[in-house]
Amino acid sequence: MLDWVRATPAERRLLPGGRMQGPTPWVIAIMMFVMVVIAAAGLSLANAAGVVSRGVENRYSVQVANGAARAPAAEAALRNAPGVAAVRPVPETEMRKTLERWLGPEGAKADLPLPALIDVDLKPGVSPQAIATKVEAAVPGARFVAHSATLKPMLRAIHSLTWVAFAIVLMIALATAAAVVLAARSALAANRPTIEVMHGVGATDDQVARLFQRRIAIDSLNGGAAGALAAGVVLLVIAGGRAAWVEDVAGGPLLTFLDLVALALLPLLGTLLATLVARIAVLRALREAL
Amino acid sequence: MGKLATIVEFDRVGLRYGTGAEVLRDLDFRLAAGGFYFLTGPSGAGKTSLLKLLYLAQRPTRGRIQLFGDELTDAPREALPPYRRRIGIVFQDFRLIRHLSAFDNVALPLRIAGKPEAEVESSVREMLAWVGLADRASARPPTLSGGEQQRVAIARAVIARPELLVADEPTGNVDAEMAKRILHLLTALNRLGTTIIVATHDISLITATPGAQMIRLDNGAMVDPTGSLKNPPAQMGRADA
Repeated sequence: MLDWVRATPAERRLLPGGRMQGPTPWVIAIMMFVMVVIAAAGLSLANAAGVVSRGVENRYSVQVANGAARAPAAEAALRNAPGVAAVRPVPETEMRKTLERWLGPEGAKADLPLPALIDVDLKPGVSPQAIATKVEAAVPGARFVAHSATLKPMLRAIHSLTWVAFAIVLMIALATAAAVVLAARSALAANRPTIEVMHGVGATDDQVARLFQRRIAIDSLNGGAAGALAAGVVLLVIAGGRAAWVEDVAGGPLLTFLDLVALALLPLLGTLLATLVARIAVLRALREAL
Repeated sequence: MGKLATIVEFDRVGLRYGTGAEVLRDLDFRLAAGGFYFLTGPSGAGKTSLLKLLYLAQRPTRGRIQLFGDELTDAPREALPPYRRRIGIVFQDFRLIRHLSAFDNVALPLRIAGKPEAEVESSVREMLAWVGLADRASARPPTLSGGEQQRVAIARAVIARPELLVADEPTGNVDAEMAKRILHLLTALNRLGTTIIVATHDISLITATPGAQMIRLDNGAMVDPTGSLKNPPAQMGRADA
């Protein structure tokens, strides 16, 4: 199946030109560079969304309107409820400082009424509804709000961006395939006399196609490796030159080991795609002649 | 493989390119295996088109063609390479691969056929020596003279000992001495059993080939031979040896 990979020196001489000659490997290098960078961005976004999502999965807030006086009752109800892992009343100063960022100095004035706010972490598997019922019973009117609900629009946006990134990767792959088809046709046209002679002396389409698919495979592998290497350097630079650029604002890994393996496989997958596309394009073109 | 009585059979063959007029009309003949045939006729008579049909570079638009005893008129294209390997071709314009050495050009049919490199090496060296180009083995066609290119083309055509050799003006670019040598080579091949078909305008070539027969084309059709050739052909439509 992979006989075409091995070529005798005589077979190699049949098509003129050498490594990284002509535009094809450079086009593939640029395509692969963009593909790896976009894929890395997509994977980072997906991982970041996962980290954020997991971080707030069991986190809730209890809001008690005008309730500085009623907050202790809510806090006590929470501490006594089974399945509550942590309870942390948010200090008013902290809330006013946050408000000040949005509303300016007016937000920090004491005459602006604020609700009492208590952050709650539940143990995994605990029903938030049961806790909400207990809080409501202890402090009527208290609101039990999931952080995930608050962050849902942001997570949705991140997921959308992730899919956009993967769609771009797919489109670049298709564009690369189209470029390979053009390159294969161009190579066929440039080597038409050689092909005619080969057919004339009894070469099969497969023998001819193997020459071109091997050439495209080498160009793709060289170009793809160069593009991926350049992308890797750029990503390392973006990450501040750290070898393990796994820290991020979300506090989790942006790219896992498997992600890095997947990114490293992109040039190989690109080569396989280019080779397959080149073979199909060449065989189709050859069928047009007797 | 048993010896065939008839190696080529054309049955009311016609050929037109696209929607143009027929360039070959009602060709109806048989060529005996082991025969030596000259294809003559004025320029534009259809000689090259007939050769294209013979070396399977073109399908007829009507009629039937049999080669080596097999009906190939409508044969699928993937069935043709084994037949092409049994045919040697000398193109009028040589069609050497410019970026390959003379050695590699001559070796091409053997390599395509999957012959071991040791056999390729010895056969090609021997053939290049025979056509007087032993010292030009590594030269590329653009550095060769017209005559040298012609000889490389002939060496490539005969290297695989084809059963049928089709040559389009094989002596058109060589001097008289080399033309004699080429004719000698073709005759020697013919004696070994190869059927030879040579398209030529060179009457001296025809008269110097005892036993050869002639197919004359004019305006795309076979015509009775004219002139006082030493070896008159068989009846039109039956050029048997």
